[in-house]
Amino acid sequence: MSISYDDVVAKYDPVLGLEVHVELNTESKMFCSCSTVFGGEPNTQTCPVCLALPGALPVVNARAIESTIKIGLALNCSIAPYSRFARKNYFYPDMPKNFQISQYDEPICFDGYVDVEIDTDEGPKEFRIEVERVHMEEDTGKSLHVGGATGRIHGADYSLLDYNRAGIPLVEIVTKIVPGTGKYAPEVARAYVAELRDILRGLGVSDVKMEQGSLRCDANVSLKPMGSDVLGTRSETKNVNSLRSVERAIRGEMIRHAELLDAGKKVKQETRHFQEDTGLTRSGRSKEQAEDYRYFPEPDLVPVAPDAAWIEELRKALPERPSLRRKRLKQEWNVPDKEMAAMVNADVLDIVEATVLLGADPTKARSWWLGEISRIANDKEVSVTELAITPADVAEIVALVNKGELTDKLARQVVEGVIAGEGTPAQVVAKRGIKVVNDDGALMAAIEKVCSEQAETAQKVRDGHIPAAGALIGAVMKETKGQADAARVRELLLGHLGQNS
Amino acid sequence: VITQSAAAMSEALVKGEVTSTQLTQAHLDRINDVDSSVKAFLHIDAEGALAQASRVDADRSAGKKLHPLAGIPLALKDVLVQEGIPTTAGSKILQGWKPQYDSTVVSKIKEAGIVILGKTNMDEFAMGSSTENSAYGPTFNPWDLSRTPGGSSGGSAAAVSAYEAPLAIGSDTGGSIRQPAALTGIVGVRPTYGAVSRYGLIAYSSSLDQAGPFGRTVLDTALLHDVMAGHDSKDATSINGAFPDVVAAARKGDVKGMKIGVIKQLQGEGYQTGVQARFDESLQVLASLGAQIVEVDCPSFEYALAAYYLIAPSECSSNLARFDAMRYGLRVGDSDGASAESVMNATRNAGFGHEVKRRIILGAYALSSGYYDAYYGSAQKIRTLIIQDYAKAFSQADVLVSPTAPTTAFKIGEKSNDPIAMYLGDVATIPVNLAGICGMSLPAGLADEDGLPVGFQIMAPAMQDARLYQVGSALEAALVSQWGGHLISKAPALGGSK
Repeated sequence: MSISYDDVVAKYDPVLGLEVHVELNTESKMFCSCSTVFGGEPNTQTCPVCLALPGALPVVNARAIESTIKIGLALNCSIAPYSRFARKNYFYPDMPKNFQISQYDEPICFDGYVDVEIDTDEGPKEFRIEVERVHMEEDTGKSLHVGGATGRIHGADYSLLDYNRAGIPLVEIVTKIVPGTGKYAPEVARAYVAELRDILRGLGVSDVKMEQGSLRCDANVSLKPMGSDVLGTRSETKNVNSLRSVERAIRGEMIRHAELLDAGKKVKQETRHFQEDTGLTRSGRSKEQAEDYRYFPEPDLVPVAPDAAWIEELRKALPERPSLRRKRLKQEWNVPDKEMAAMVNADVLDIVEATVLLGADPTKARSWWLGEISRIANDKEVSVTELAITPADVAEIVALVNKGELTDKLARQVVEGVIAGEGTPAQVVAKRGIKVVNDDGALMAAIEKVCSEQAETAQKVRDGHIPAAGALIGAVMKETKGQADAARVRELLLGHLGQNS
Repeated sequence: VITQSAAAMSEALVKGEVTSTQLTQAHLDRINDVDSSVKAFLHIDAEGALAQASRVDADRSAGKKLHPLAGIPLALKDVLVQEGIPTTAGSKILQGWKPQYDSTVVSKIKEAGIVILGKTNMDEFAMGSSTENSAYGPTFNPWDLSRTPGGSSGGSAAAVSAYEAPLAIGSDTGGSIRQPAALTGIVGVRPTYGAVSRYGLIAYSSSLDQAGPFGRTVLDTALLHDVMAGHDSKDATSINGAFPDVVAAARKGDVKGMKIGVIKQLQGEGYQTGVQARFDESLQVLASLGAQIVEVDCPSFEYALAAYYLIAPSECSSNLARFDAMRYGLRVGDSDGASAESVMNATRNAGFGHEVKRRIILGAYALSSGYYDAYYGSAQKIRTLIIQDYAKAFSQADVLVSPTAPTTAFKIGEKSNDPIAMYLGDVATIPVNLAGICGMSLPAGLADEDGLPVGFQIMAPAMQDARLYQVGSALEAALVSQWGGHLISKAPALGGSK
């Protein structure tokens, strides 16, 4: 049986809880000096500490503490004057010590909030997501299960362990329960994760790349019958690796829960894994028997006691909040809501702003990044930031067009060239010999040639049927290898055929 | 030459009367002669030792400025990792592991030019008070080979006592340096927590562990202490401050006008007659040297043992989780189709001994949800009370004293099946560890009833390690002149040439 989303939200009230793990972009790991660079050969970024060799001891990365406090401040949290690390004890092969150094009952940041705005049937509406805590911990290594059909541990022939990721600083941001989002629960969750991502990026503390796992979201969902005060049983969905997946996973879980509840069944408290291909979740580890992690204060580390004056310095140095920045840019650039949303969704706001700051007109900058460059990025299945074209390149191209040294069409060739790695716009122009043909003599020769070749069409234009000029202009452009200024061609052509415009 | 103090050996080296190579060879010969009966060593690195000795000799010939202990041999407890040298912590689970790095202590002693003869036996992962819990068999007390040398650093203590090395390094989590020093008639010091880096010290109980020196004299022990101590950025609990000059204190040896506090709770009932008698006489000696003897009350010490046997097992249950067959050491049950979990289980079951398993289980229980507050939580509160007791006592006295252990060396096997009796042997040493302060054990004579060495314990506040040496040295000088030589010279001869 199946139930529609509208039916679900008519009958049930969803309650959310979101746990976001963020890999910090510190140069070294949380408790040792190993590199954190992504994608190294397996086990090349390890040492006695992160391999948990006998006798090795952790030492806290001061930069990681600073980053975490910045995050807490940006999320309106209180900062604990004294907090401790704790050991979370459980056995798993990719966790070298078989305990994770984390924070338990004394997180470094607590009691904050994030406001997000989403479009509702009644127009834009703001929701406040309360943040319970922000704490520090270390990442685990990675297991690669070889053999078997699923790439999972069950059925694998053997497993390989890569400890490069073990000990990378992680910050966990946990919300309080989020009630009252109703049918907008999936959108609110997405907007929250997007806002978090923007805040973190603005702070410069993480790469926040969901697809690389530097930002990971676990979504807790439960349903309660409309009007009830009693919370339902929740499921925790992991492996949600994009903003779109956050939305899909929550919507999917709401429907799955409602189907169970409607059928008089119970929702199991369990971890579920989101399946990118189907948009559904599958059952993972059951949490009915709460695991006992035997937390206790980490005796190898001393408590974290940040200086109050230092915290105030960090607070003062916080960057502009992303939501405020968006409002400001929308006004400064005079962009309609829809265009602004398109830029945010395409993740090009930063790069457009950088281009504008280099002198480009906001509309042109936006249209390049959102249009031609995004299209190329889509074709290559990468993000625009991964292309070999920079805001400086785009600003230069816009300037060349403004000076009349490039037409829009030629500019696209230059963009292609830059992305293909042929150098700066100026270098591409030089190498490819791209230039606007503005020698009227050369243009007239081409026009005369085209008009004699397509005498019938030329006659139509002479007879006053102006739209027919398009085909001739196109042919002239082709004749001049696209290097002519189309407006000038049109002017000369119409004059040539006795149609003064 | 091997019966001399390290300080005397150092002088002979400086004067050119002997080379480090000769000194090292003499000790290797002694080990060859007697270690088949003492079994102090788990691994002897003759090649490495002689290579280091010849480097030092060359440096000396070249006129380089050397540390006073350069060229002096040393025995290293197998709990400290040394690059390329088998390190087991007395456990089967680490059999065959050769560390990829040097512990900070090893780096420091290597840098001082000290010659590491080899790795000494110990209770598995330092859990025990007799060295009988070693997976590689017990070490025997050089004073009486039917008895234990104490533990857990029994191998290091026995090596020094049997003239197999003039100096040794041990670790002390609940008395594992001081108690074996007492039972083998030598000097042993547990430095202030955080004074000696724990980086590369295989962890038993992180908040209690501390490596420290053994010697046959107070001055020798101070010389080694001085090499080991100092701030280390690789250990977050390492103290960053001015370290006391223990060598100067050992040379000074003066108690005139000092107040010496006798802890009411650590004497009398439960202490062997001969132990109590030698302790009382030592107090009289100190009084005759001009010290003022006062009695101090530490009521919470009654609970110290109980608190220790919750905190140490709790920490060890987590510290020993890393021994899982995935990256190093023993691997058992890795047959086709075996899961990682089953390999971990089989390896830990085969690789850990009874006492280690007992403490892991105890600790896992004490930390488990629903029991945490009653066990681990209460133990931490007792720890605070003990710290307060010490603070009060140190406001009344410069140092505190007690017998190091309630008894002299016991027979091999005597307490093996009675863990509580074994644990009770640590009653006088454990409070120091819980409070993170420093303590020394030095010989106070032989018990009349069994003719075995008795240890005298001195305790001082954190970072006041110099007081241990100042008082210890004064007492040692008086007793040595009374005895007409160091106590160790009264030990019966072992098989070899002495």
